[in-house]
Amino acid sequence: MLRSRWTKIALFVVCLAPFARLAWRYHTDDLTPNPIEFITHFTGDWAIRFVVATLAVTPVRKLLRLPDLIRFRRMLGLFAFFYASLHFATWFALDKGFDMHEILGDFTKRRFILAGLVAYLCMAPLAITSTKGWIRRLGGRRWQLLHRLVYVTGVAAVIHYYWLVKSDVRLPLLYGSLVAILLAYRGAVALWPRRAPVVS
Amino acid sequence: MLIKKSADLRYSEVTPKALYFNRRKFLAGIPAAFLASRALAGTKLPDLAKSPFSTSEKETSYNDVTHYNNYYEFGTSKDEPAEYAKNFKTSPWTVSVEGEVAKPRKYSIDDLMHVAPLEERIYRHRCVEGWSIVVPWAGYSLSALLKQVEPTPKAKFVAFQTYYDLGQMPRAKFAGIELPYVEGLRIDEAMHPLAMLTLGMYGETLPPQDGAPVRLTVPWKYGFKSAKSLVKIRLVDKQPPSTWNITNAHEYGFYSNVNPAVDHPRWSQASERRLGELRRRPTLPFNGYADQVASLYTGMDLKKFY
Repeated sequence: MLRSRWTKIALFVVCLAPFARLAWRYHTDDLTPNPIEFITHFTGDWAIRFVVATLAVTPVRKLLRLPDLIRFRRMLGLFAFFYASLHFATWFALDKGFDMHEILGDFTKRRFILAGLVAYLCMAPLAITSTKGWIRRLGGRRWQLLHRLVYVTGVAAVIHYYWLVKSDVRLPLLYGSLVAILLAYRGAVALWPRRAPVVS
Repeated sequence: MLIKKSADLRYSEVTPKALYFNRRKFLAGIPAAFLASRALAGTKLPDLAKSPFSTSEKETSYNDVTHYNNYYEFGTSKDEPAEYAKNFKTSPWTVSVEGEVAKPRKYSIDDLMHVAPLEERIYRHRCVEGWSIVVPWAGYSLSALLKQVEPTPKAKFVAFQTYYDLGQMPRAKFAGIELPYVEGLRIDEAMHPLAMLTLGMYGETLPPQDGAPVRLTVPWKYGFKSAKSLVKIRLVDKQPPSTWNITNAHEYGFYSNVNPAVDHPRWSQASERRLGELRRRPTLPFNGYADQVASLYTGMDLKKFY
């Protein structure tokens, strides 16, 4: 089933569902009394969820021995970038109204916005080089090295979230633990590579 | 047939809206006493006098003011209080006014309804998070209540404590702030006529998520100073603790006057978004009440006493 073309299409539709829901809520005028804040939080929530999902692909496929899961990693990553772009654009255009003075001030004065910017900027080159052509051009090893930037995105996104809440840190801590576990898995694999199977 | 209209209907005699809509349940045999003990939110308040303190700005919709709330005891997201405060029991209720006063006293809500004539005051309300609303509150100057209990010369500050009960507020355990919620004002701030003891809004008693049955409204300060669901008002000689200041002193000061020139460490306070509007509007010093209250702070460095 994991190899079917249809599974990929189904996943695409599922990944688009939050956006469809947002569009529906806009259409039915159901964006809460503070629509811009709602859109900002909604797209930010989905961006960090997709970042976590993307980071989870490698550990899950190895632990569950499902190598075919790799087929979906790029799509999950691109959807993370898609929701992060909506999140960033909402802040930039709707919230700040393209006011460059305020925007630059936020980058220098507000550390949670800086953390969010770092998380987002680290995703951009990954989205651009996500095609087969770019893998070829960069070469597998260099491409893989570049794409480790997603670890920075994961950590920066969690810090961004943690720094912005006022007192209820449940969700930032939840995403923080997930990212920590997923990165710790990679650390463990790097430190203790599995020994070559003994041939008897 | 001549139908005589009753001249003076007391608020306590009016059928609460919730009760009215539940009349079938009532007929089905649910004891009246049980229903009567439910929150009286939505009960119409009679004869509200107009106030010169009212702004002529457009009122925020009732729906927005009742579905976008910061009331951490009932959940930390904006939509939760409307849901989780629905069955908040606000009767019987007593507010104890005590401390450095000659005549300490416990007030019932009916007592509080008669301390002074209820006025409708349309105030701007600015949250420290950068959003604002315009609300027609119903109540009177807090000073009317304080004068009744006769503060002694040692009364320099007023400490407020709000209702707290995990049984009725199970989501309070996620609040991340120390509870019960406490707030404070300097005595001259509390005696300022703009500082209001609020028993209603939009011509009705307060809904639970907006601080039923009685709350504070201090329109020139950030919203968190206007403590909800008051149970204790204590006059004291030293500056009392306040909840957000305990939580994060670096971000929330005791004074917390609305001030576009002093940023919150994590965001600018120069502008705000009025619920119902998309574009930000500039925030005014003391939330537009500078003419009335700026003199309370003459000679004070408002950057230091934020």
